[in-house]
Amino acid sequence: MSEAVDLGFPSLRLVPKTEAPQTAKDFKTDQEVRWCPGCGDYAILAGVQSFMPELGLKKENIVWISGIGCSSRFPYYMNTYGMHSIHGRAPAIASGLAMTRPDLSVWVVTGDGDALSIGGNHLMHALRRNVNLKILLFNNRIYGLTKGQYSPTSEFGKVTKSTPLGSLDYPFNPVSFALGAEASFVARTIDSDRKHLTETLRAAALHEGTALVEIYQNCNIFNDGAWDPLKDSDHRDSLTFRLEHGKPITLVDGSRGVYRAEDGTLQIADVDEVGRRSLLIHDAHAADPSVAFGLSRLSDPLSLANTPIGVFRDVKRATYDEMFQAQLHKAQEGGRGDLAALIAGKDTWEIAP
Amino acid sequence: MTKEVVQLDQVIIRFAGDSGDGMQLTGDQFTSRTAEFGNDLSTLPDFPAEIRAPAGTLPGVSAFQLHFADHEIMTPGDSPNVLVAMNPAALKANIKDLPRGADLILNTDEFTSRNLAKVGYDTNPLDDGSLDSFRVHPIALTSLTVEALKDFDLGKKEAERAKNMFALGMLSWLYHRPTEATIEFLGNKFGRTPEILAANIAAFEAGWSYGETTEEFSVQYEIRPARMKPGRYRNISGNVALSYGLIAASERAGIPLYLGSYPITPASEILHELSKHKNFGVMTFQAEDEIAGIGAALGASYGGMIGVTTTSGPGVALKSETIGLAVALELPLVIVDVQRGGPSTGLPTKTEQADLLQAMFGRNGEAPVPIVAPCSPADCFNAAIEAVRIATTYRTPVFLLSDGYLANGSEPWQIPSIESLPDLTVQFASEPNHTNDDGSMDFWPFIRDPETLARPWAVPGTPGLEHRIGGIEKADGSGNISYDAANHDKMVRLRQAKIDGIDVPDVVVDDPSGDARVLLLGWGSTFGPIGAAVRRVRSEGLPVAEAHLRHLNPFPKNLGEVLKGYDKVVIPEMNLGQLALLIRGKYLVDAIPYNQVRGLPFKAEELAGVIKDVIASV
Ligand code: SF4
Repeated sequence: MSEAVDLGFPSLRLVPKTEAPQTAKDFKTDQEVRWCPGCGDYAILAGVQSFMPELGLKKENIVWISGIGCSSRFPYYMNTYGMHSIHGRAPAIASGLAMTRPDLSVWVVTGDGDALSIGGNHLMHALRRNVNLKILLFNNRIYGLTKGQYSPTSEFGKVTKSTPLGSLDYPFNPVSFALGAEASFVARTIDSDRKHLTETLRAAALHEGTALVEIYQNCNIFNDGAWDPLKDSDHRDSLTFRLEHGKPITLVDGSRGVYRAEDGTLQIADVDEVGRRSLLIHDAHAADPSVAFGLSRLSDPLSLANTPIGVFRDVKRATYDEMFQAQLHKAQEGGRGDLAALIAGKDTWEIAP
Repeated sequence: MTKEVVQLDQVIIRFAGDSGDGMQLTGDQFTSRTAEFGNDLSTLPDFPAEIRAPAGTLPGVSAFQLHFADHEIMTPGDSPNVLVAMNPAALKANIKDLPRGADLILNTDEFTSRNLAKVGYDTNPLDDGSLDSFRVHPIALTSLTVEALKDFDLGKKEAERAKNMFALGMLSWLYHRPTEATIEFLGNKFGRTPEILAANIAAFEAGWSYGETTEEFSVQYEIRPARMKPGRYRNISGNVALSYGLIAASERAGIPLYLGSYPITPASEILHELSKHKNFGVMTFQAEDEIAGIGAALGASYGGMIGVTTTSGPGVALKSETIGLAVALELPLVIVDVQRGGPSTGLPTKTEQADLLQAMFGRNGEAPVPIVAPCSPADCFNAAIEAVRIATTYRTPVFLLSDGYLANGSEPWQIPSIESLPDLTVQFASEPNHTNDDGSMDFWPFIRDPETLARPWAVPGTPGLEHRIGGIEKADGSGNISYDAANHDKMVRLRQAKIDGIDVPDVVVDDPSGDARVLLLGWGSTFGPIGAAVRRVRSEGLPVAEAHLRHLNPFPKNLGEVLKGYDKVVIPEMNLGQLALLIRGKYLVDAIPYNQVRGLPFKAEELAGVIKDVIASV
């Protein structure tokens, strides 16, 4: 395994750096991309491919692992190592790889069904363990690959093939979920906003430990326009909070902002009314996740009003893989085990010929 | 006072008491001393699934059986000659297994009317004549212990707790066992609490002198050391042997071992054992569930480790999909299934062999997986090495089918030299292996070795070999996604051919007279009981042949021929005939299944009877 190189990406300091300069093209494969024309996945793929060179890593030390679903075809289109695994299990497989191979940069691609339904348990535990994984969760609020059933992020009452009278389950908010699962890094971005997507990927790559990035993604076949209010130029600025560390939290158009009410809850009001100075300053590095959680609760799952995007939480916590490797090294400090001594044990006897 | 010493060729002792009475520890210590003394031995712990069932009740009875002898033995014994019962529940739960004339050592202090009533004794068996056909030794073990410890600054409860050491001391005297190592063991266990240590040693010594002086025992027994092959020996249980086998395989392969596991009886001990050996580079990961356990192991295998997951039957059910993925990815992986009674939760602490068909077929699609089964506790070591050999050579998941009896049972083991273990060196892919039409080189992950049909193991980090693999059907050679019908047909057959072609040693038939017309065919932990039964039958002058399968998939190449050589083939199994089904299906042999699913190993005597009946019918 190669020597440690300081890349400026602390989470990737053990991953060998490339010598040859890379471009987005280096990360494209010869495989025909099979998503439906117009699918939001294309924009994310292009965004990721053009971001990858920035990492400056050897291509062979990057691995993409996915589960099942439309988004999970992703690894086939990345010219790195990759595994398209089984439904919901990518975080578990990626954890085994990441904790044993600190010289790899391991990325997981998943969707709302893959990550939050069938794979909820693995996602939850990967987050709390803080294995050095970057998890991109493409949220399109629908099951695409199985042709249009409601997903755990679908809005309540959603009419789909499996719920002709409307769905009855209350939706998950992936950011709230991740924060509740002790995640050390949680962010949200949108497929169509390349600049914000790239910024968010960069922040995730810089983070040491598990990073969950929720990406609002459009499924134009089965749930077209699910995120339109946040995309259309007439409305988006009055619906979206852009979270930037150290800055007051306001809608993009600056009209309304978040402040802490007397009862301790986060409230939204006209900036003019409460005054700029009472606005909450975003602290992504706050040790306590409760404000981040409060922010994740602001949005309305139906109208999408007051949706924050950006990095909700980014805190330093020892990573599982680092501690795992440290235990391993410590155990071998006094020299490697002696197999003959191990299998003989302490209590032996001799039978003479 | 010196008592007469009587020579015995073998003894079967069963220690039985409440879960909290320390019977497993007592049995373990007696076993270690017996091993040290040089007897051949075999053990059978039998404990309840509940951690502490209510005291004094039948479900709370925990037992440990030890068979030791001056000759080679194969099983923990059918019925004990000696039962040590610490309370009425222990007596009631075990008395039915004892032959007439057996010795009963009963702790009279516990035979109170309350305790008797708890287990449904209307009268006290100590004096109602119901035990007349046994040699009863009523001994007030608890009060003798308390008396022996009266000078210690201990509460009554604490003093009483040492009664197992009193019993151990007494039996150590009775059977002439060495004592130093027991004292040493206590020193290690209680070293941090000197008062408790001293009390336990005092109780042990008091038990010993009680044996020496009491009129209850008129003789002392001696069982001479067994004549075993020269060499250095230790005593070892199946789970520990299996763990060591995995570590040894990793050392011989020069590749780190990675265990992804979730706690489950009776496999957890392997997780515990491997977790102790990080100084061998062994990595262990207790995952959030069974699926994550195997998932992480597969991820590690992908990264170039020897990925292993350990579990029992219910866990295998959860892992099935990932095993299928490993079949499709063609990556090495070892799945250890320490079988227990099923279905569902079943009998967690009891043994069974009913996961054979689950291992063989329990996946969607055509997903062949090699199966290796150890035949004795110590053999788990070799079987683990063999499982790793197959997994790494053929790039396939492999089942290692142990069971509860092998896992917890123990026997003396001649310690092998490291040099005698197979060399498992693995070649990772390092170069592109395919020339494109334009002359450029490429890496195709599914180009196979012509001999083994294994695909290259190309680990991330290897420059120039970047490639994508997945559970979707892939094109032969390139590994690209392919839904082509002919390609799928080809890939299914190739995966099957790879497993069918695994090089496994021929099965060896044991038929000393060469006259046998009946063959006993077994697999896994029935090896001991079948061997003991065959010995009995042969000692009556009846010829019978015996063969035991280590490889259940693929079967040894000579198995068909072997089966054809006999008029009758009997297959004893602790299931309802799973191997028999496979044998009938593959070889069209009208095998006779003999089945029991009682959670305990076969009794040699019963099995001998079955064999004799079949011989008589030929
Ligand atoms: S079904 Fe929806 S998510 Fe899937 S590829 Fe088509 S547009 Fe994209």
